[in-house]
Amino acid sequence: MGESLTSNVFVFLLAAFLGYEVVRRVSPQLHTPLMALTNAISAISVVGALTLAGAGEGHLLLITLGAIATACAMINVVGGFMITDRMLKMFKKRRDK
Amino acid sequence: MHTGTSTLAAKVAYYPHTASLPWYVTVIYLAAAGSFVLSLKWLSSHKTARLGVKAGEVGMAAAIIATLFLPEIRQYNWIFTAGIAGAAIGALLAIFTPMTAVPQQTALSHAFGALAAALVGTAEFYAHQSHLTHFHAAVICVECLLGYLTFTGSLIAAGKLQEVLPTRPLVFKFQNPLNFIIFAAAVACAVWLAIDPGSGIIYPVFIGLALLFGVMLIIPIGGGDMPTVIALLNSYAGLSAAAMGFVVNNKLLIIGGALEGSSGFILSMIMCKAMNRSFVNVLFGQAQAEKAVATDDVYAGRIKKTTAEEVAELLTSARRVVIVPGYGLAVAQAQHVTAELFKVLEARGVDVQFAIHPVAGRMPGHMNVLLAEADIPYDHLHEMEEINGQFGEVDVVLVNGANDVVNPDARENPNSPIAGMPILNVDKARTVVVIKRSLSPGFAGIPNPLFARDNCLMLFADGKAATTEIIQQVKAL
Repeated sequence: MGESLTSNVFVFLLAAFLGYEVVRRVSPQLHTPLMALTNAISAISVVGALTLAGAGEGHLLLITLGAIATACAMINVVGGFMITDRMLKMFKKRRDK
Repeated sequence: MHTGTSTLAAKVAYYPHTASLPWYVTVIYLAAAGSFVLSLKWLSSHKTARLGVKAGEVGMAAAIIATLFLPEIRQYNWIFTAGIAGAAIGALLAIFTPMTAVPQQTALSHAFGALAAALVGTAEFYAHQSHLTHFHAAVICVECLLGYLTFTGSLIAAGKLQEVLPTRPLVFKFQNPLNFIIFAAAVACAVWLAIDPGSGIIYPVFIGLALLFGVMLIIPIGGGDMPTVIALLNSYAGLSAAAMGFVVNNKLLIIGGALEGSSGFILSMIMCKAMNRSFVNVLFGQAQAEKAVATDDVYAGRIKKTTAEEVAELLTSARRVVIVPGYGLAVAQAQHVTAELFKVLEARGVDVQFAIHPVAGRMPGHMNVLLAEADIPYDHLHEMEEINGQFGEVDVVLVNGANDVVNPDARENPNSPIAGMPILNVDKARTVVVIKRSLSPGFAGIPNPLFARDNCLMLFADGKAATTEIIQQVKAL
């Protein structure tokens, strides 16, 4: 795990700094959709849950925990993106009458 | 379930060995990571924001589909059952959550995300208990600690926001020392597990302590600090997902989690700054020294009351009007009547803009969403820095449900508890009308000298009722 740890720490640091720079530029008007969107993105953790839920016969504990985790993460994947879009749709410029 | 953990582990091809990921999965994960960053980048402009959501969706879908083709996945029935159930719940929540309830929905989603990370950590722990390295056990403990405490903490936050739990801070004697002991005990368990992962009883105790600490962390926090707390839990939820990435050795998870982690961190910094408080103060500082300032000295004989009729006349004869909606307006759900006032005044040729303080809603950016939903064009919504220089040219400012965020003491009185807090400089406008039930202080617990200024008129009434009456008076004019 040693070598992969080092590269994982690098990835984490770079992603955190990149996130900082990108998020700083988001207008305060959109901070609520921003939170919903980042929540949807971090639900990529569903990928880890899937591998457990699909572990196969004989791994009841792993499958149970994995399946619950999959369901939880999928709530955020679908719910997060959908509600972000729903909010963004409401921001309209001056209506032309 | 008596296979014994070692044989159990031997049977599971330990999936985190991502070094052996098929090349096409690696490529798709890389593309997904790129799409996530682009997604956030495109959110920086209204024009590209919805495209950003699409980019995120495409990246997410591709990563999930690619994962389903991994050789480690041998069985699909549970994946599809759980996946479809979760997707359905998520869709229902997203479609039916009213915009006023978005803060609690967000808190709930932090709970789900954190629980997912915590459960995966738990599964990892039990699957590999017999042959965990010290380091791997430590990382799993970090993931589980963050995951479980964020899970219960977010549930409590959601309960407070939904008002199924009391919104006022729940404080008792020795609360901070007790919380510290719980946290220290959890950390001690984590250290024990890192040294000796095989010790069976410690892990459940550790989980229990983490769950308890999440509850204890949030119960002393009051409604006014919720924006900061949600942002902080947002950050924790992201960090627990990133910790999961470390445990299962998956860089895509690390990136996704780190993005949310830093975003939540920035948002909580902004909220803290906007309330002139530190993290430590929000989390542990319930005992805010209430300096008894004699309100009589500030207000005595200087308060000028007004009526809805007079306000209607003022507003209609003004050229430029700025409305300052505050937390109180969000709580009273007066955004739709406020939007109606906006339309009525616009129809009479008055230029109406909105000035929005960062803590105006119940979560960062919430007030903007509420006003956008009420059909106010977003080019009329202005953030503090943008509009603060312009108050000198404003004829009438209408403050509704805000107090501390328009207190000129923050700017002028270096001895004030809120000295240095960023405020909206409404006192520079020609006339300020404040709609407020009484002269009671805001969250900072201090009087507001604005109310005693020569250019300030007080309309003592409920925010929603007062706005409705002003609309009627304007229409009658």
